[in-house]
Amino acid sequence: MDKLIIGGVELRSRLFVGTGKFANDNVIPAIIETSQAQVITMALRRVDIGSKQENVMDYIPKECILLPNTSGARNAEEAVRIARLARKMGCGNWVKIEVISDNKYLLPDNQETVKATEILAGEGYVVLPYISPDLMTAKRLVDAGAAAVMPLGSPIGTNRGLRTKELVQIIIDEIDLPVVVDAGIGKPSEAAEAMEMGAQAVLVNTAIATSADPVKMAQAFALAVEAGRIAKIAKPGPESRYAQASSPLTGFLNRGAL
Amino acid sequence: MSFYDYYSKYRELDVNRYFDGITDYDIQSIIDKYSINEYEFLALLSPQAEKFLEEIAQKAHQLSLQHFGKTIQLFTPMYVANYCVNKCAYCSFNAENKITRKAMTLEEVDQEARAIADTGLKHILFLTGESRTKSPVAYICEVAQILKKYFNSISIEIYPLTVDEYEQVSAAGVDGFCMYQEVYNEEVYDRVHLAGPKKDYRFRLEAPDRACQARMRSVSIGALLGLYDWRAEAFATGLHAYYLRNTYSDVEISLGVPRIRPHVGVFDEVNVVSDKNLVQILLAYRLLLPSSGITITTRESQELRDNLIPLGVTKMSAGVTTEVGGHTSSSSSDSQFEIADPRSVSEMKQAIISLGYQPVFKNWMAI
Repeated sequence: MDKLIIGGVELRSRLFVGTGKFANDNVIPAIIETSQAQVITMALRRVDIGSKQENVMDYIPKECILLPNTSGARNAEEAVRIARLARKMGCGNWVKIEVISDNKYLLPDNQETVKATEILAGEGYVVLPYISPDLMTAKRLVDAGAAAVMPLGSPIGTNRGLRTKELVQIIIDEIDLPVVVDAGIGKPSEAAEAMEMGAQAVLVNTAIATSADPVKMAQAFALAVEAGRIAKIAKPGPESRYAQASSPLTGFLNRGAL
Repeated sequence: MSFYDYYSKYRELDVNRYFDGITDYDIQSIIDKYSINEYEFLALLSPQAEKFLEEIAQKAHQLSLQHFGKTIQLFTPMYVANYCVNKCAYCSFNAENKITRKAMTLEEVDQEARAIADTGLKHILFLTGESRTKSPVAYICEVAQILKKYFNSISIEIYPLTVDEYEQVSAAGVDGFCMYQEVYNEEVYDRVHLAGPKKDYRFRLEAPDRACQARMRSVSIGALLGLYDWRAEAFATGLHAYYLRNTYSDVEISLGVPRIRPHVGVFDEVNVVSDKNLVQILLAYRLLLPSSGITITTRESQELRDNLIPLGVTKMSAGVTTEVGGHTSSSSSDSQFEIADPRSVSEMKQAIISLGYQPVFKNWMAI
């Protein structure tokens, strides 16, 4: 059976969706429904429990797994504090570690991410660290107790696709944990490609949120992720640099045997 | 090195001569670039770039969507004290102006904070004039501690402090810093700041450096548009934000685009900045710094503010009064300047929603 288990939970969907950047959060339930997503990420900095104003938590169905992220953390210490707040605020014990100390490219700080992962995994969190794709970092995250690793496909929010493909492939090939490609995926075809490469799941936010029709786009991503996963299991035929004639040139050698 | 040193490299640059060399082709290729440098930013502020305003706007809109989605952060300013020892030619709080002065008691701060929090706002910017006797650092810290009970993010717009003092206010709960240089041209600066500690150009110019060094989470800067040639001033402001972003990469840098408003005062040589000029400035900021916040306050009219949203605005004030105690108003002071968009928080919220954007009330918290 083709199962994805993270943090002891068997997930039925390999598409994780984010909740940022929507023109109106009231579209989120429809996004979750059409995408069939089960793991939903949101920035804890935006969560406002008990507020008079509606906020993102009002729109996430109870049966979803919340994946609060530590957006805004500039180092391991801040990420740890945000994660602990998330648990206290009732967001469960899953956490996406996002440590960004570079406001130009918004690239994650791998070193601080490893530190935060070590601390939080030790405290019993299901930790999904967001990283720049680097094999050594991924190995350290395994040792640190991460539940999965989430390398980026290209800088966050850019919709530029799998620019880091070679490096992500190495992580997929070498690391025993589930690899979830997070950030940069702009089109369903790119999500399918990540799945064909062997990613266990993808996380998509901007590509859905900034589409002209987010609900339809969520559905397109769901189909692409599923197609990519099935293709991975079905094992694509080998690639070749030359055309393969269906009447082989050496076919006559076998004719006598028939 | 501080911004003062960095900026000195550009001070001799003849902006108009640089503009003479800019061609249509240059502007077009700058629009097509993935990221731009400071000279390309300057080209976007040129008269030649005005022809391309729509193309630049399209790019700015794309970049804003990519980085912020369709969201607008709401906040309101809270005037805590208006005692001031400075004599700024363009400001109603000028020490020489005969206006009603006030510094809220901590009890009044609490009442005012509660009234603002009742509107649903979670981010607050509190302001004082410059008076180290009527609103000293210890008072700033006490105010912050009260505001912490009601708000998730607290910013200050006060007189410039030392690194040590920024660390103190930060420990008291302040996470955001806002300070406008007013005017980057040093001669004009000296001319419009007639007397008071604010005459120290460099101490003010380097205040954002010190706020960053004190690990303030967000730092917002700007020039008061209208005090001098806007192209040169916008260039200096962009350069300042670019320098801060590159030097203190973990601080969120934001830009304000305040235009001078009617006020009680003596400054009457306003350099007119038209709506079109304002748009050109805002767009150039967005292309230079795609992930930086841009604030548009109630200095601008309702109609203009609404139209600016898709161009790259990320933060807006709502339910604004520029009087000390204006939200509870039993005994408020005179105002700093006249506002042009009187909409309440709920009216702004509805307006933003009807424009297809999401009003964001909370985007940070004390951690």
